[in-house]
Amino acid sequence: MSTAKSIRLSISGMSCAGCVASVEHALQSVAGVATASVNFAEHTATVSGAVGPDQLIHAVSAAGYGAAELRDAADESQKEAAEMAYYRALLRKALVAAAIGAPLFLLDLFGVMPHMEGKGRWFWLITGAATLFVLIYSGRHFFTGAWKAWRAHNANMDTLIALGTGTAWLYSMVIVLFPETVPSLARHAYFEAAAVIIALINFGSALEMRARGKTSEAIKRLIGLQPKTARVVRDGVEADIAIEEVGLDETVRVRPGEKIPVDGVIIEGHSNVDEAMLTGEPLPVEKTAGDDVVGGTINKSGSFLFKATRVGKDTALARIIELVRQAQNAKPAIGRLADRISAVFVPTVLIIAVITFLVWFNLGPEPRASYMLVATMTVLIIACPCALGLATPISVMVGVGKAAEFGILIRNGEALQQSGRLTIVVLDKTGTVTAGHPAVTRVVAAPGWNEQELLRIAASVEAGSEHPLAEAVVDAARQRGLNPATATAFQAIAGHGVRATVDGKSVLFGNEKLMRDNHIALGDLPPQAAAMAGQAETPMYLAADGGIAGIVAVADPVRPDSAAAIARLHALGIKVVMVTGDNEATARAVAQQAGIDEVFAEVLPEDKAAKIALLQARGAVVGMVGDGINDAPALARADVGFAIGTGTDVAIESADVTLMRGSLHGVADAIAISNATVRNIKQNLFGAFVYNILGIPIAAGVLFPLTGLLLNPIIAGAAMAASSVTVVSNANRLRFFKPAQERA
Amino acid sequence: MTSALVNAGGLVVIGLIVWWFWLSTPRRVQQASRSPVDVVVADGVYTPAVIEARAGDTVTLRFLRTDPGPCAEKVIFSDLGVSADLAVGSPRDVVITPVAPGDYEFTCQMGMYRGRLIVR
Repeated sequence: MSTAKSIRLSISGMSCAGCVASVEHALQSVAGVATASVNFAEHTATVSGAVGPDQLIHAVSAAGYGAAELRDAADESQKEAAEMAYYRALLRKALVAAAIGAPLFLLDLFGVMPHMEGKGRWFWLITGAATLFVLIYSGRHFFTGAWKAWRAHNANMDTLIALGTGTAWLYSMVIVLFPETVPSLARHAYFEAAAVIIALINFGSALEMRARGKTSEAIKRLIGLQPKTARVVRDGVEADIAIEEVGLDETVRVRPGEKIPVDGVIIEGHSNVDEAMLTGEPLPVEKTAGDDVVGGTINKSGSFLFKATRVGKDTALARIIELVRQAQNAKPAIGRLADRISAVFVPTVLIIAVITFLVWFNLGPEPRASYMLVATMTVLIIACPCALGLATPISVMVGVGKAAEFGILIRNGEALQQSGRLTIVVLDKTGTVTAGHPAVTRVVAAPGWNEQELLRIAASVEAGSEHPLAEAVVDAARQRGLNPATATAFQAIAGHGVRATVDGKSVLFGNEKLMRDNHIALGDLPPQAAAMAGQAETPMYLAADGGIAGIVAVADPVRPDSAAAIARLHALGIKVVMVTGDNEATARAVAQQAGIDEVFAEVLPEDKAAKIALLQARGAVVGMVGDGINDAPALARADVGFAIGTGTDVAIESADVTLMRGSLHGVADAIAISNATVRNIKQNLFGAFVYNILGIPIAAGVLFPLTGLLLNPIIAGAAMAASSVTVVSNANRLRFFKPAQERA
Repeated sequence: MTSALVNAGGLVVIGLIVWWFWLSTPRRVQQASRSPVDVVVADGVYTPAVIEARAGDTVTLRFLRTDPGPCAEKVIFSDLGVSADLAVGSPRDVVITPVAPGDYEFTCQMGMYRGRLIVR
């Protein structure tokens, strides 16, 4: 079976009305196309028929034009239009049902309904017909839904409503048409109940739909960040084209105030870019040639050209949208019980309804038939599987969306739930607690060496290293106008340093352990190194041909907001541990500055995961915060892995939670949002369980022996309609969530 | 006599509910093949609701949502960690890469729409 649908394409390369005809002809010649029309002003084509976009794009390309599917934006606007039409239809159905049901309800309430005998019979016949009209016009979807579900061996909310209102109507019609079949005391019709229940449930569904629209605000806002066009430079000419048509390596112009259309690297120009919408970083970031730019962020000041490096579904924004969408559908373990219950809920309620019927039949007072009907109908109507089924996913949807607004991408339901249980957060040092931009602070030459030569050789060795400290050494040499030599036989010794040959000398560059392992005499340098370490500097020894040459000290300053963020973690009752390959003294100095409780220093990268396991073995629930690439095993080992990175240039698939902004406040924010979301889920689940656990027995009449009263089915309908609206509205409160303390 | 009949009838109805919803499966079982399986999302049910696939095969389920009700807007394969947003009238392919034999349920967000992918 193929599917008839409408596809929108953006068309490029059209310059005249003749082109329009050519493109239309090309599209119409594709098998399965019913209609194809081209809008020259918008450079778009709309095609309907049983055909896929690929065939259409191929046909347009073969005709000498460019084409791309306009999908997401079309989907989104189509979705909104469909939702609005459905909302209006629900309201219309509710109003029609209320227009018939409400007067009947009032007449019944004031006891002025005509008798069923004599002339009154006509009134009841007309009322029965009018209610049947309500069931057909306003309630048809419940009946068709119930019937289709029944055929698929399934039962849902429609089943309950269709059975409840259908039974009420049938019973009432039997009384009107064949009153003698029912004892006189039980001759009470329930047309008004059927009509009003249909009105209330349609109205509740409309309200729920409105409220649910707000739950997806975050994703709409992310989609709204995507600009629709890009100004590309092709053959020296700048032209605006649809964003879907921007190709890899194309040159794109961005003017002040414009959104950057796709990801890329600046090749010419200079500007400040506002990345707050993706990273939560409040200040614009300075960008110049060679810097990365991210699609969806805003160019504030200058004009620049950049080369597109990621387009379409590969851009950071597109990946974030997809990731948030997926995460919004994730379910934490807390919701599984509700899932299991909702899977058997409706058939169970049907069984309870039958039991209610039998209990009233066997034990009920007169008018028994009325009691049997009212209690059974009320049980069917009051039961609300929707509230139970919605309790978890709707809160996850809002919570995950809210987190995305703060630049926090929560990838799965488990992370959401586990974040609130963390007892220890382990932080990687470089780039997490510290800024990750180390700089050379001191160069101490051993006797027989001078600082310049020492730094030049160190830079020669480090030019081939990917260690974050290496960049600092190379930069320092450049700043002093030194020309590093080419190192050969380069060998990285993980956690210790590097070995290489420079200018024919065998050079070792790294920590004290590397020197001692190679039996290098350090002279009087260790006390100086210790003093440097005490001030949070990392001393690195350099040895050449077996003799010590000196120390190059590098410091990576603690981020200005690390201490405040760690204080927030403490306030949440979480112990903060730092793990680093750095030496003990430097690590302790950094820990002291940042307010960290415990330090694991001189830990090799591959041993970080083992440290996490050690803490877990002690009974701790551990969160690990690292850079997402080097710390991947530790992130995977932790109960919750937080990948932290400045900007969007992190492996967002590598952790449970990705913090787009570099600040540690993101960890506290993520935990706070997770806590709020889980609390919201618990409120929803509690409400839904209590509602059903209390509501169903009351509807069945357990209070009747005490009060002599049965719950009115109309009140049951109102309660049922309100219950799912309440759940969605409660979840919507999360939209107003703000972390307890504002960021520094 | 009437009393016994009504009570017996009630018990029979309970038995039917248990059998129909929990113990029996729909007759219509769609076999997945190389081409996408069309699954219509409308009126509270997936049609077909039960799809059978062979272990090792990649299965593409092409969901076509015609129901504008919000219940239908997502399809979630909880056990597989796969989900998709469904726009009204716009087919959406969900590709299931080979998985171990078993029953994989797919549902809407609140579990009212229910379907099963049986991998043998």
